Amino acid sequence: MSTIRLLVGTKKGAFILTADGKRKNWKVSGPHFAGWETYHMKGSPAEPDRIYASQTSSWFGQVIQRSSDGGRTWEQPGSAPGDLVDPATGFPKGESNKFVYDTSARGRPLTTHQFYDGSQRPWEFKRVWHLEPSLDDPDTAWAGVEDAALFRTTDGGKSWHELAGLRGHESGPNWAPGAGGMCLHTILIDRASPDRMFTAISSAGAFRTTDRGKTWRPINRGLRSQYIPDPEAEIGHCVHRIAMHPSRPNVLFMQKHWDVMRSDDGGDSWHEISGNLPCDFGFPIEVHAHEPETIYVVPIKSDSEHYPPEGKLRVYRSRTGGNEWEALTKGLPQQDCYVNVLRDATAVDTLDPCGIYVGTTGGQVYGSANGGDSWEPIVRDLPGVLSVEVQALE
Amino acid sequence: MIRVQLPHHLRTLARVDGEVTLEVAHPVTQCSVLDALEARYPMLRGTVRDHETHKRRPLVRFFACRRDLSHDAPDTLLPEPVASGAEPFMIVGAIAGG
Repeated sequence: MSTIRLLVGTKKGAFILTADGKRKNWKVSGPHFAGWETYHMKGSPAEPDRIYASQTSSWFGQVIQRSSDGGRTWEQPGSAPGDLVDPATGFPKGESNKFVYDTSARGRPLTTHQFYDGSQRPWEFKRVWHLEPSLDDPDTAWAGVEDAALFRTTDGGKSWHELAGLRGHESGPNWAPGAGGMCLHTILIDRASPDRMFTAISSAGAFRTTDRGKTWRPINRGLRSQYIPDPEAEIGHCVHRIAMHPSRPNVLFMQKHWDVMRSDDGGDSWHEISGNLPCDFGFPIEVHAHEPETIYVVPIKSDSEHYPPEGKLRVYRSRTGGNEWEALTKGLPQQDCYVNVLRDATAVDTLDPCGIYVGTTGGQVYGSANGGDSWEPIVRDLPGVLSVEVQALE
Repeated sequence: MIRVQLPHHLRTLARVDGEVTLEVAHPVTQCSVLDALEARYPMLRGTVRDHETHKRRPLVRFFACRRDLSHDAPDTLLPEPVASGAEPFMIVGAIAGG
C-alpha cells in the first residue's frame, strides 16, 4: 500500500500530512520550525526521505533545514561538530544559509537591477522561495531566491553557489520586482535531458538553459502583458508559474499574471489557452500525473482582488491541453470564500487515480483523490499556506 | 564566562534552554562575543549578523545593563558587568511584525 506525504509550508511553520493510498484518513505532524515562514519544502526524487526546507524570517533571515527521515527530525546542514570546518576557527562554517551573489557573472560585475521607481538597486538576498532537488543525486539541489537568482548545492545543502549565468544574462539589469518581490519561484528539470532546465522570475519572465545552468536565454515570445510599456517585450513579464509533464518536456504550461499560456516548442513560442475560464488571472498551474493534456488552474478575480471570483473556490480542469475548461467544485466552498492559492501551493501525486492538492491563504488544504472530480478538506485551520508538495511512497 | 541571552527562535535553532555561557578572551567586545557564539553554535551564523560584512540584521538588537548597544561599533568594549559575567549580553528580536 502506498503512503502519501504532503509537505505543507505556511506563514508560521511547516506541517507534514500523511495518509495511505486511499487518501482518506490523514495524520498531521507539526508545526516544524514553529513561528517561521516556511516558503517551500521538497523531497529528493532519488532519496524521498531526504527533504529540503526553506525557513525564513524578517528578523533572523534565511535558514535551510534538511531531514533524512522523511521530516521527523531536521538539521541545518553543515552545523554538526566536525562538519565543513573553518580552518581558522576549528568550528563548522555554518554556511547552509549563506547565499552570496557572484558579482563576476559574464566576466564583469553585475550588481544592480531595476527597482520599482526605475532606479538601479543593488541585488540583495532576501529569502529562498523554491527548492528543487536533483532527480538523481540527493546531495544536489537548486534554490530559487529573491532577489532573483539561482543557486545550487552539491553537498546536501551545506554550501550554496550561484549559477550566475542566469542573472548575468544581458537583460539582468532590466529585471524588476513584482508586487511580491523579485523572486525566482519556478525550477523545472527536463528528465529526458537533465542539462535542460527552465526557470521563471517575477517579473522578468521565463528562461531556459541547455547546459545545466551555465548559460540562459529568455523564452517569452508570444507573451503579451499590458502592464509593461512594450507588451511584447523580451523581458518584464510577470510569469507566476510554469508546469511540465515529465513525458513531454517540450510542452510547457504557464499561468502568467494574466493569461494562461502554452508552448509546444520548449518555450520558443507561447500561445494563449485561457479559453472559457471565468478569469485568467491566478498563480498555480499543474499537469495531471498520467494525462499530459489534462491541466489545472485556480482562477483568481484580479491582481487587485486576490480572491476567487464570486466567492467560490473553483479549480478549473482542461482535458484538452487548454482553451476548454470545466469548473471543479464538488467539496470546495462555493460561497463566501475569499482566500487565495499561491503559486507553489498546489501539487499532484502519481497514484492512479491521480490526486491533486490545493493549499489556501486561509489555512485550508483540500485534496482530491480522483483527479479533481471531488474534494475534501484535509486540514482547515493551518496558518496561511505558502506551498504544497506531495510524495507518493511505496 | 560571558552570559548571552538569545531570543526564543534562536534558542530553538541552537537547541538550548535559557542563557548560554561562552569563554571569550579579553578584551570583550560585541564582535568577540558574537564570534564565540557563532563558533559554538554554527547554526546561528547569518541569523544575528551578515556572514561576510558582520553587519547586524536590522530587526536584531543588542541590550546590556539597561542600555541599547545596537549602534555601538562592533569593537567597542562591552560594559564591565558583561565582561565579568555579572550581567548578560542580550540579543533581542525587535518588537515588530505579526
